[in-house]
Amino acid sequence: MSGAGDEAMFCGQCGLTLAEPRHEGCALRATLEPPRYCTFCGRRMIVQVTPTGWWARCSRHGDLTSAGSATSDLELDDEALG
Amino acid sequence: MTDILDTARQQVLEEGRGLDERQLREVLTLPDDRLADLLQVAHEVRMRWCGPEVEVEGIVSVKTGGCPEDCHFCSQSGQFQSPVRAAWLDIPSLVKAAVETAATGATEFCIVAAVRGPDARLMKQVREGVAAIREAVDINVACSLGMLTQEQVDELAEIGVHRYNHNLETARSYFPDVVTTHTWEERWETLTMVRDAGMEVCCGGIIGMGETIEQRAEFAAQLGELGPDEVPMNFLNPRPGTPFGDLPVMDSKDALRTIAAFRLALPRTILRFAGGREITLGDLGTEQGLLGGINAVIVGNYLTTLGRPATSDLDLLDELSMPVKALSATL
Ligand code: SF4
Ligand SMILES: [Zn+2]
Ligand SMILES: [Zn+2]
Repeated sequence: MSGAGDEAMFCGQCGLTLAEPRHEGCALRATLEPPRYCTFCGRRMIVQVTPTGWWARCSRHGDLTSAGSATSDLELDDEALG
Repeated sequence: MTDILDTARQQVLEEGRGLDERQLREVLTLPDDRLADLLQVAHEVRMRWCGPEVEVEGIVSVKTGGCPEDCHFCSQSGQFQSPVRAAWLDIPSLVKAAVETAATGATEFCIVAAVRGPDARLMKQVREGVAAIREAVDINVACSLGMLTQEQVDELAEIGVHRYNHNLETARSYFPDVVTTHTWEERWETLTMVRDAGMEVCCGGIIGMGETIEQRAEFAAQLGELGPDEVPMNFLNPRPGTPFGDLPVMDSKDALRTIAAFRLALPRTILRFAGGREITLGDLGTEQGLLGGINAVIVGNYLTTLGRPATSDLDLLDELSMPVKALSATL
């Protein structure tokens, strides 16, 4: 879960900061790729894709789902967090 | 010389015998202005030997990433700098995915793991997962867990896994350029054990990995020799960080020619659209493929990438008057 005051600073597709140019390709890619990087801290996330959606976890900022909402009760196995 | 499409009409459409490697080379080198005719023949072959139904499947990764193998196209290999991190899906989430898949009308649900072969922990997860899915929803369960021992084959058959996926990936002659950590022959061995244990065999590969046209024909002919119940066709979706990450996306006309060639090599098989079709073929090419030999789709998302929404494919099948195969029917 993102804490109060956190702002998206990183590209979820390539992990670089949004201040850098050249994210057009990333925006396009986002229709066929789940995010791989946390937009708040740029860490690589654990991502699970299912036939009808996806969810992603940042060890610092919590979980994100394809439904658009952040949630804290996802069922990712803890070992996956390593 | 007889025109290859006339030969295909006689040999494949009328007699149900797949084209051989030399004939497939001719098909794969047909000029663009023959492509529509080629797709038409492939479609007629599919309608004649398989019928209008389309088999719909959903797939899910139960163990993602961190694979010790080095398949050069794969974002889940632990040997490359890929953004994909290891993940493990628990059973309630697996069952939920199966239920959601069934709700789309799909009759197949395939549990996939990024491994060389299953260890005891994965076999336990699959055993419990399959049992839990069967409790919850009526859907055929397939598995794709890499190379198997005879014991594992027997166990999967025993717990009711009805089909096993293990792709040969590419032509035997090109395989060493794609994978170095195991051989094509080892893969073939697993497929033979799966068949002998009475499970359906699902075996396909990825087109557009730098193989030649001749090797595409070789691969189709080798699949013809194997005679799988299902052939999933993927088109390379170059993954960042993998050795094939900078290869170009395949030309859509070549992709369509390959679909038709595979149908002419395998008149009775379930020929499934799998990964990479969105970027290779787009919406128009998807429709052309379904009218050019394809009779099965993976709906929704793939293992690590997203697909078209299930409803887009289901609406398209409706438009094309291709009924979704029901659970009790067999193609
Ligand atoms: S065995 Fe499967 S998961 Fe592992 S690298 Fe090869 S394709 Fe990827
Ligand atoms: Zn970016
Ligand atoms: Zn974060």
